Amino acid sequence: MNKVYRTVLAAAMALAFAGTTWAEEAAGTIKTSKGLVNIERGSEKLAAQAGAPVFVSDKVRSGADGSFGITLRDNTLLSGGPNSLMVINKFAYDTTTNAGGMTIGVRKGTLAVATGKIAKATPESVDFHTPTSVLGVRGTEFVVEVGDGSDE
Amino acid sequence: MNKLAISVVAALLLSACASERVILLPSADGRPSGVVVRDKGGEIVLDKPYAATVRRSGSVSGYQSTPEEVKERFGDALAALPPRATSYTVYFMPGSSDTLTEESLAEFDKVKADLAARSGGEIRVIGHTDRVGSEQSNDAFSLKRAGAVQELLVAAGIKPALIEIAGRGEREPLVPTADEVAEAKNRRVEISVR
Repeated sequence: MNKVYRTVLAAAMALAFAGTTWAEEAAGTIKTSKGLVNIERGSEKLAAQAGAPVFVSDKVRSGADGSFGITLRDNTLLSGGPNSLMVINKFAYDTTTNAGGMTIGVRKGTLAVATGKIAKATPESVDFHTPTSVLGVRGTEFVVEVGDGSDE
Repeated sequence: MNKLAISVVAALLLSACASERVILLPSADGRPSGVVVRDKGGEIVLDKPYAATVRRSGSVSGYQSTPEEVKERFGDALAALPPRATSYTVYFMPGSSDTLTEESLAEFDKVKADLAARSGGEIRVIGHTDRVGSEQSNDAFSLKRAGAVQELLVAAGIKPALIEIAGRGEREPLVPTADEVAEAKNRRVEISVR
């Protein structure tokens, strides 16, 4: 490989990687939404309608009459009841190998979970954080409640 | 209020905030499952249906919950849980890389009906191969297979934006075989609707 070609290739790769940062893949999709439910992305507040994508770092917050359901890309099912706040701290999933990992924060309210393909392939790479505890899973359905909790 | 009193109030508020509950539900497929609840004080393993932990005033204790309690506390959250993904498997005609068998084409109607019944429905088309050839070439081949089915789904009227493709190569055989064994049942494409 000659030097010029190598430089061009390096530049092309740098561009390709730069591209992936803004065209980031969604972690999942809102499937059900009732009452007041918002996705908080940075300083933006978006109505969480069925079909809306959710990304890493998004917060999903429901009001007193709200509830929501999300399917993550690895088929993990998450749903929150009223007055709930959930954060997708980390999510990565490779559809070829099923490798990946996720960290989901349960800050307030109620959350129901049915784990998906990542938890089946590598359960140790999936965890759920409450204000005081870390929940590890072994291919599982469970519910979490955080009384009062945090608004942030 | 003096300084000592303020710190006592703060500690009480903190412990009041930290009321938390975790309940393991029966798994949908009946297989054993579990949750490990860890905090600074140690860990509690929940491995039977309705096994639960509750945290009050800073300490965690285990207890046995009930379907009634789950319904009362988590009814709204559970009612919002999206339906599970469903998989449909299709096969190409022997020797063909773009024509599906008749039975497989009939599956398209089920896929369309399933997708239409879901709010915010999406499809992932996942190609699979048997174990003939290298892993690398099978990855590429399975993705190509998925792409061919994607085209057929679009031709059948499904919005391209709702479909993504993936190639699992030879990693997930339907019928386990030794390496380099030809197995028609493993040369398939899965249409996963979620």
